[in-house]
Amino acid sequence: MLYFSRWKIVTIAMVVVGGLLATLPNFFSSATLKSWPDFLPQNQVVLGLDLQGGAYLLYEVDREDYKTQQYRQLVGSVRSALREKPRIGYTGLGVHGDGVQVRIRDAARIEEAQKRLQGLVNPLSGGFGGTPVNEFALTEKEGLLRLTFTDEGLEQRLKGVVAQSIEVIRRRVDELGTTEPSIQQQGADRILVEAPGESDPQRLKNVIGQTAQMTFHLVDDQMSSAQAKTARAPAGTMLVPDVDGQTVYVVEETALLGGEELQDAQASFDQRTNEPVVNFRFNTSGARTFANVTRKNTGRPFAIVLDNTVISAPVISELITGGSGQISGNFTLESANNLAVLLRAGALPAKLNVMEERSVGPGLGQDSIESGKIASLLGGLLVILFMVLAYGSFGAIANTALAVNILLLFGVLTTLQATLTLPGIAGIVLTVGMAVDANVLIFERIREEARSGRSAIGAIDAGYQRALGTILDANITTLIAAVVLFAIGSGPVKGFAVTLMVGLFTTVFSAFTVSRLLISIWVRRRRPSKLPI
Amino acid sequence: MKLLRLVPEVTKIQFMRWRKISFPLSGAVAIASLALFFMVGLNFGIDFKGGTLLELRSMQGPANLAQVRTTLSGLKLGDVQVQEFGEPEEVLIRIESQEGHEQSSQVVVSKVREALGQNYEFRRTEVVGPRVSGELATKGFLAVAISLVMILFYIWFRFEWQFAAGAIITTFNDIVFTIGFFSLFQLDFSLSSIAAVLTIIGYSLNDTVVVYDRIRENLRRYKKMQLEELLDLSINETLSRTTMTSATTLLALLALYFFGGEVIQSFVLAMIVGVVVGTYSSIFLAAPLLILLGLRTSVFNSNRDDEPKKA
Repeated sequence: MLYFSRWKIVTIAMVVVGGLLATLPNFFSSATLKSWPDFLPQNQVVLGLDLQGGAYLLYEVDREDYKTQQYRQLVGSVRSALREKPRIGYTGLGVHGDGVQVRIRDAARIEEAQKRLQGLVNPLSGGFGGTPVNEFALTEKEGLLRLTFTDEGLEQRLKGVVAQSIEVIRRRVDELGTTEPSIQQQGADRILVEAPGESDPQRLKNVIGQTAQMTFHLVDDQMSSAQAKTARAPAGTMLVPDVDGQTVYVVEETALLGGEELQDAQASFDQRTNEPVVNFRFNTSGARTFANVTRKNTGRPFAIVLDNTVISAPVISELITGGSGQISGNFTLESANNLAVLLRAGALPAKLNVMEERSVGPGLGQDSIESGKIASLLGGLLVILFMVLAYGSFGAIANTALAVNILLLFGVLTTLQATLTLPGIAGIVLTVGMAVDANVLIFERIREEARSGRSAIGAIDAGYQRALGTILDANITTLIAAVVLFAIGSGPVKGFAVTLMVGLFTTVFSAFTVSRLLISIWVRRRRPSKLPI
Repeated sequence: MKLLRLVPEVTKIQFMRWRKISFPLSGAVAIASLALFFMVGLNFGIDFKGGTLLELRSMQGPANLAQVRTTLSGLKLGDVQVQEFGEPEEVLIRIESQEGHEQSSQVVVSKVREALGQNYEFRRTEVVGPRVSGELATKGFLAVAISLVMILFYIWFRFEWQFAAGAIITTFNDIVFTIGFFSLFQLDFSLSSIAAVLTIIGYSLNDTVVVYDRIRENLRRYKKMQLEELLDLSINETLSRTTMTSATTLLALLALYFFGGEVIQSFVLAMIVGVVVGTYSSIFLAAPLLILLGLRTSVFNSNRDDEPKKA
């Protein structure tokens, strides 16, 4: 066990130098690093949000909200399908529970109606094993037709919703321009936004949390606002409250225009009142529709609806052909700006709910780094001192191996660009404690072998050989716990698992190569007849 | 130089005799821990219960806890705990999960920010919705269970079933004790506590495996020795290592406990407790359990001898 071939020594030396090179950038500022030649590694260890400060936001697509919204659109399609000539008489069309239902008046025409609605089920591409899978399932029971989402259909849609939401969020955040968050999908219907350096996530949440679906509707002025509060909306119209919830508007259900027709939106000031407003401009087709609408309805009020709230309901005073308009609705400069950003970036396809939020201010992060540094240095020093007291010169060798161990650990973490979190620092300190264990096992074994009458060199040799199995068994059991922790944990806990796992590998390496190599050099120099421990 | 020794070079302590005390003692402590767990319960943090946690620092002078409490109770947020956190300037606020919608906890943060934002810096904000907290709890439990099962199989594969069973009982004892400790002192049980429990599992097994490894070796070497005597010998041989490793790990952990900052203190405390219990159990439980589980000295005899024999 004490013989090392030349190539082995070279390999060990190269690993150690590699670890040193990979760790080195952590001691320099990023400005200094830029001046380094390209062949040197320049990555620094990635600090977790708990150390550098920042916000972690976990969003989930609101399935119920999404389904309701989709069913509402489906109602429109069902209506037009049944009204197609020859018309099929129906009643009670609407969203009921989880689905859209409609009753066909004439029992003889149920089959025909079914055939028409079958056209709405949207077969999904790639049905499994020959059976076609549809987005919606159509069922019939005594003249009552129901369309509901199939599980596959909903999952498929959610995939698209999540992908599109990520796009929209990215555009919105880019518009803000302050932070560079990472936006990732998590699971089937979740989106994780991590924004380093953002200590107040409120602004971020304001920008992400709003669906920003804008639609333009004609106001039904047959019914006053006071009546609307008590009465039911007439067929084809719906009730929408305004921002303070004081007034309720009766607006036509079908939107004249939607936010997707917008080309641009900017915050600005009204020239007469000097209040903040949002100016918008439609694209070509939107402008054409807008011109038509304004020509036909001059003198009538129309409502600008944002996420089921009327933000403004001006009266159309003249024909507007240029396709641009203005929204004034008690804005502050900031809220006008936010709305403009949202309109430019586009609407989210569904409502997103915050499921989990964690944010750390930069002050606390800095404090955590400081105390982590002090604690690890102190812990390391105590262990080093203890080892020298217990094992003398062998202890010093173990300490050298420990130093190499920590160096390699940092080198690997830096190279893998793994995230270092506060529990991760605890993982390093624990590694320091446990790394020594490998050497303790070896040294105690050497002592035992010497007691049983072996020569010094024989005892050292046997000590390493016999301790190997024990050390492997002991570290593999810990590794199993660490791997599970990595697979299941999230955020800071995952960071802990990473450092623990890497630490176990570097520990076994440094005990069996570095400390063994140093001892073999020592043995060759001294030719000891007696053990120093 | 006289070298430091925690235990004499050669010890002949008859540990197996102690099992008459250590078994009932551990059993009683385990039952007490379980009783505490079921009657008092763990002080689950927001990770598992849902709710809001805020760490604030006063901008001028020490924080006025009484005033913070009054302000918050005016907001009607249900159960609110306000406590000093580490330094007199710092306040930790815990607000229970709000009734109703998944989103209602979101409103809490903005309300508190509005009420206290002028005088306090918000250093940390954590909001966990009820659904996510349920998932985190399930995942945490799964993590512990899965790793125990996997380790069980590993030890079974490497040793004999008695060793695997002994290791699991020992580890289980350590976990139960740690849970009891958390219940008794009502320490905040959060996600990182699960990490602590898993580390304790790893550490305790590490210790146990080292002792078992030696027992296996001695079983092969001394085929005629009585089991009780053989177990005593094995523990005595590894005693020096067991204590040394515990000592170095504890030194590192103590440094972290006193200087590592308030945020990870309960996490480190759990590990300190775990290391102490783990050391105790690998000496006083793991080995004597093998007698109880009916390990026989002949188990490694016959043709299964794959290690080099040594006189």
